[in-house]
Amino acid sequence: MNEIDEIYTDLIMEHSTNSSNKKQIENPTSSMLGHNPNCGDEIKLELKIENNKIIDMAFTGHGCAISQSSTSIMIDTLRGKTIEEAKKIIEIFIKMIKRENVSEEEKKLLGDGIAFENISNMPARVKCALLSWHTAENMLDEVDK
Amino acid sequence: MRSIEDIKKDFPIFTNQKDIVYLDSGATSQKPLVVLEAEKKYYENTNANPYRGAYKLSVDSTSIYNTARHKVATFLNAKYDEEIIFTKNATEALNLITFSYGLDNVMADDEIVLSIMEHHSNLVPWQRVAQAKNAKLNYLYLNKDYEIDDFEIETKITKNTKIVGILSVSNVLGTVVDIKKIIAKAHQVGAVVVLDISQSIAHMPCDVQDLDADFVAFSAHKMFGPLGIGVLYGKKELLEKMNPFLMGGDMIEYVYEQSTTFAPLPHKFEAGTQNVGGAVGLMTAIDYILSIGYSQIQMHDRELITYCIEKLKSLPYITLLCPKDVNHISSVISFNINGVHPHDVSTILDFNGICIRSGNHCAQPLMRYLGIDSTCRISFSIYNTKEDIDKLANALEKIYVKFKKYIDNK
Repeated sequence: MNEIDEIYTDLIMEHSTNSSNKKQIENPTSSMLGHNPNCGDEIKLELKIENNKIIDMAFTGHGCAISQSSTSIMIDTLRGKTIEEAKKIIEIFIKMIKRENVSEEEKKLLGDGIAFENISNMPARVKCALLSWHTAENMLDEVDK
Repeated sequence: MRSIEDIKKDFPIFTNQKDIVYLDSGATSQKPLVVLEAEKKYYENTNANPYRGAYKLSVDSTSIYNTARHKVATFLNAKYDEEIIFTKNATEALNLITFSYGLDNVMADDEIVLSIMEHHSNLVPWQRVAQAKNAKLNYLYLNKDYEIDDFEIETKITKNTKIVGILSVSNVLGTVVDIKKIIAKAHQVGAVVVLDISQSIAHMPCDVQDLDADFVAFSAHKMFGPLGIGVLYGKKELLEKMNPFLMGGDMIEYVYEQSTTFAPLPHKFEAGTQNVGGAVGLMTAIDYILSIGYSQIQMHDRELITYCIEKLKSLPYITLLCPKDVNHISSVISFNINGVHPHDVSTILDFNGICIRSGNHCAQPLMRYLGIDSTCRISFSIYNTKEDIDKLANALEKIYVKFKKYIDNK
């Protein structure tokens, strides 16, 4: 089961079953529901922004191990970043999943998000990995308006 | 009686995909070589636009198309060939009924009754009718054994009911519905029944006269036939009173600048150049089913379902979603591994060469009613073996072992 272990790594499994980011935050400055109608995954992201900086982020909802862990890892990566930095990281992540050129330097910005590099080998699961990243992208765009 | 091993050889996919375990025939069945060859032979020898040309080739193509229609009529025991309308699939057939019958016959405050198990294709179009006509949409719900109680039928189908939409077998739960009882009750109150037999036609015969069915829909691709062709059966007296659904070539009589008269049945409902190749494939698929025989198919289904349920019940971490009485389950079983999302299950099974479906199976209202988001679904056909089920069970065990340590830490 080598290919499976490449995707369902300890890191991903821990984040999907045991995430400290799966909770509600007090007085979020914005929240948004991400939904994948094909599989029924539903993830609600909450965001707290102060002085143009993401000071906290959390999620609730249900989905597969890929979507749950991708959300949790994204939150770890984006927490503490400015809106600008967060948007850049999201852009890099989406580019990586779509197998577009991503430099080594850019990859470093992704933190543990790099764990999803091989998800493009499983086209049926790409949507799961991207769900919360797209939702976060939409949220930040709205905050920026 | 041919052995299953021998029958499996009829399907080229199992030669080309050597180690595949295909447990998704409820989504689409695999195709026997005879069906593929019949379609190829039509294109190689007789291809021409049916009904159009005055030349022999076109006449032959027309004749083949109508032979296929007659084959389907006989297969369903329809009284007249023109009660058979070819469509793209069951979804198109069901849309045809909702638009051409529903919109003209359902009025304000009328009731449309559907089972909560309906596939979106026999549900979403009725929402459109209900909204457009200010009618009510009511549902037949399930008891704890995932079946519709008589009480539900007796109380929900009332004198206000104009339409009853019902499937013969649930594509999620495998439940075999007592359609004869529902049709009888519906007719008692003067309602018309729209029967979706997509999930049962490869497993159980359908006699439209015996059932006294009003409308019946199914797709060829779930019964060993090709993609892109489906069937609508309608009682002649109903079809004749209905307005056309799609308009264009072939379905007309006289076309003037401002108005048109329409062709008689079945052409009124078959606009544009028809899928003759598909009809040939469907006709051959019917012959294929009849050559094996529904009795062998059902015997095989019983054997696999009984074995599979026994096997899955022996795995303590599996939750089954199916009727208690094995005889009330057709060829579909839904289950979940406790604590593991169905998408993860199907992905890992895929790595083991096992194809199953996961998700809501185009039945979101049913999922919501059951209080779940999705299920793993396996569905059988004549080419499946007990060995397939053993492979599935072994792989499920591996998945559980992998996920267990993380679930336990929770």
